[in-house]
Amino acid sequence: MTVAEAAGALGLEVLTGQPNLGKTITGACVSDLLSYVMGSAKAGNLWITIQVHPNVVGVGELLDLAAIVVADGQDPETATLENARQHGVTIMKSRDTAFVVAGRLYALGVT
Amino acid sequence: MLGGGFFLAGRASGEVKRRLGETGLARELARRVVIATYEAEMNICIHAISGDVCVSVEGKGATVVATDRGPGIADVEQALVPGFSTASEKARELGFGAGMGLTNMQRCADSFKIESEVGCGTTVQMEFRPRPTDSEEKPG
Repeated sequence: MTVAEAAGALGLEVLTGQPNLGKTITGACVSDLLSYVMGSAKAGNLWITIQVHPNVVGVGELLDLAAIVVADGQDPETATLENARQHGVTIMKSRDTAFVVAGRLYALGVT
Repeated sequence: MLGGGFFLAGRASGEVKRRLGETGLARELARRVVIATYEAEMNICIHAISGDVCVSVEGKGATVVATDRGPGIADVEQALVPGFSTASEKARELGFGAGMGLTNMQRCADSFKIESEVGCGTTVQMEFRPRPTDSEEKPG
């Protein structure tokens, strides 16, 4: 499944990184602890979090994540969005909780 | 890099990632180096006054040396216990300070040495060598 397909299926709002929507999602990771994500997420994974500060972009960039989904209707900080645009990192927003986003992705076949 | 500032944290690791992409290092090995470098950089930002991370590539392997000027670690053995952290409340709110940084470094590196002097600073030295599980693909 591509990032665009996931965004469409889950009604995610794409905030940055539109050119990367064709990337294939290789799996997903749900955590708000950055070191946990650094230690466990694989390249091409979708990262679901409620963290909104600029450092999430670094994690997404360093790990070559497919996209970051900010859950629970949280709004990323302005600096986060600027940082993400600069580094070509895709950030999407969901009104659903992290639990629901993860569950819906799993049901769609993302494991 | 300077301690206490999270905004620029991760910038150095990003630069390391880009430079490693220009070397012939296997993709998975380069990934391990980047993760360990990031954790070292974050530790400097969270705990130290200032510090340097030096990454060198030799043949198919790499060495990372992170040196900081900071408070040092009183009990290194305790600091290495997964989940133990002395990070500030602010750092924890941002999702840092989960006590996983040194563990991640140990897991990524093939040799790991840490030396610390209280009131002076800490040095972490890590070596990365090819593993059978590393992809032979070049970084993309």
